[in-house]
Amino acid sequence: MSNELLKVENLEVQFKSGSTVTKAVNGVSFTLNRKENIGIVGESGSGKSVTATSLLRLIPTPPGNISGGKILFEGKDLLTLSDKEMRDIRGNDISMIFQDPLTSLNPVFSVGDQIMESIKLHQKVSKKEAKQKAIQMLQLVGIPAPEKRLNMYPHEFSGGMRQRVMIAIALSCNPKLLIADEPTTALDVTVQAQILELMKKLQDEFNTSIIMITHDLGVVWEICHKVLVMYAGNVIEYGTVEEIHDQPMHPYTWGLLDSQITESVEDHEMLTTIPGSPPDLRQEIKGCPFAPRCSYARDICFSKAPEMVEVKEKHFVACHFQTKETRLNRKERSTHVRAVVKS
Amino acid sequence: MAESQAILQTTDVVETNERSLFRKLIRNRFAAFGLFIMLLLILTAIFAPVIATHSPDKMNVTKTLLGIGAEGHLLGTDNYGRDIFSRLVYGARISILVGLGAVLFGAVIGSLLGVIAGYFGGKFDSIIMRIMDGLSAFPFILLAITLMSVLGQGLMNVIIAIGIGNIPGFARVVRGQVLSVKQSEYIEVTRSLGAKHSRIIFHHILPNSIAPLIVYATMSIAGAIISEASLSFLGLGVQPPTASWGSMLQDGKNFLVLNPHMATIPGLAILITVVGINLFGDGLRDALDPKMKV
Repeated sequence: MSNELLKVENLEVQFKSGSTVTKAVNGVSFTLNRKENIGIVGESGSGKSVTATSLLRLIPTPPGNISGGKILFEGKDLLTLSDKEMRDIRGNDISMIFQDPLTSLNPVFSVGDQIMESIKLHQKVSKKEAKQKAIQMLQLVGIPAPEKRLNMYPHEFSGGMRQRVMIAIALSCNPKLLIADEPTTALDVTVQAQILELMKKLQDEFNTSIIMITHDLGVVWEICHKVLVMYAGNVIEYGTVEEIHDQPMHPYTWGLLDSQITESVEDHEMLTTIPGSPPDLRQEIKGCPFAPRCSYARDICFSKAPEMVEVKEKHFVACHFQTKETRLNRKERSTHVRAVVKS
Repeated sequence: MAESQAILQTTDVVETNERSLFRKLIRNRFAAFGLFIMLLLILTAIFAPVIATHSPDKMNVTKTLLGIGAEGHLLGTDNYGRDIFSRLVYGARISILVGLGAVLFGAVIGSLLGVIAGYFGGKFDSIIMRIMDGLSAFPFILLAITLMSVLGQGLMNVIIAIGIGNIPGFARVVRGQVLSVKQSEYIEVTRSLGAKHSRIIFHHILPNSIAPLIVYATMSIAGAIISEASLSFLGLGVQPPTASWGSMLQDGKNFLVLNPHMATIPGLAILITVVGINLFGDGLRDALDPKMKV
């Protein structure tokens, strides 16, 4: 069994509406090994959720369409599978946790029914066995009195408990890959920490790989091994967590890091922001998509799209100025931007 | 300990919520009246042989056009000497049967079409909904008359004709509901678990679309009862001598001057029934609407 679980090559996703085509994902590539976690970060509309839902072929078609690339899961290209084969993979080999636990559960069925549903969809078990398994799953995700809770409805659960239920549903068939689409965004901070802790614990137990979609870099540092930074449907930086954390290379990644609250931020100090807004994906982008907002942009950035370059081992960047000869210094920029904001 | 107490408390809340739907309904006086009328009608239909004082079809040429209360006939007799009260009681059966049957027919087929149109969208949606538009372009009663002349007479055909007329309404209501429910995150979750379309539709979308469907169905029963009466009045519905409120009205219309109660009594029965069902439907809609506070 090879160690490589998932390999995405040049994934392209488009949305058509009338005559306009929105290129939501533009050539995303990455690999994920077994028991490894990857974080996909980027601001809203950068294509991270579309990338994740495309892996399960869940984007609404039409208007969405996976227009190119390969998704190799254990060597099989998911894009060539029939609908039936795809259904067998969903929930069984790859499952997903969604952003809003308040709306992720069907209000008219009990929590137990919904956990048992996913079990019964993929395993030939009796109702009694499914129920046993559901109780066991609830116990595993830390819900007290699972026998009682099984018959309760989603509205009787708090947000954190519902997300625990969602995790129980997602893990009930022991998937090899778990896609978590901002699983902690809708929860408050203390519950976030509990959910992350739970995911880490269960990952060890189930030997699952996780794709974590988030805009909270703190979450990434916490549980991921690799990071994929996306901007306007493109991957702009990709590498191990250590590399990206210690030596980020792309000006956009700098911006993301600078806009975080850290201990070094003093009281009443303004957080650094990235000026401008992401480009309109309906238009053809010439050059680097980040160029209009980048304080380092030169003429070449507007005319030629930068290619992914391996600047170091396992660290890829798409920026014209991050080759050895032209490397920029992040510190300079940070102080420069802070000075601008203060004045 | 505190945990289990909390569980107990929340279960209490749920039970009161479920009970409160009925309580809300009953507290609304109009709805309670509507419910009373509907129950009365249903009981009358079921126990017709017990309630009726005479055979509804038995003619007696010596006792035609008797007045109210004359010679043991509670509501008099018609031009063939048949007991009007007994015919009214048996007529309730036809009304109920057609009302429920036609609505069930329309609801099942309409919902199915609506679900397909709403869920799959695109071409399915365009084709199905344009056919529905075409169907509803005809005035309801004209459509029913046309269908009756094609299908031929008989109770079953009345149900089918009125049922077909009901299809577009149900298709529209269900389609709209499906369009909104389909956007819910739990539908995407179910998809991500590998569920088939049929399972998503019947197990997740329909149960979440049912509330407006129930209200619409209740209201449609009233419409179906009127349609049956209209068809029978026009002689296209249930065939004589079977008692139907519409045909009683038709018989009575020739004796409006001589014996006005022959027409007014079935007319009143239709009126009260329809008002009752509509009041109940209104109350049901309000009770199911979480934004309304009774």
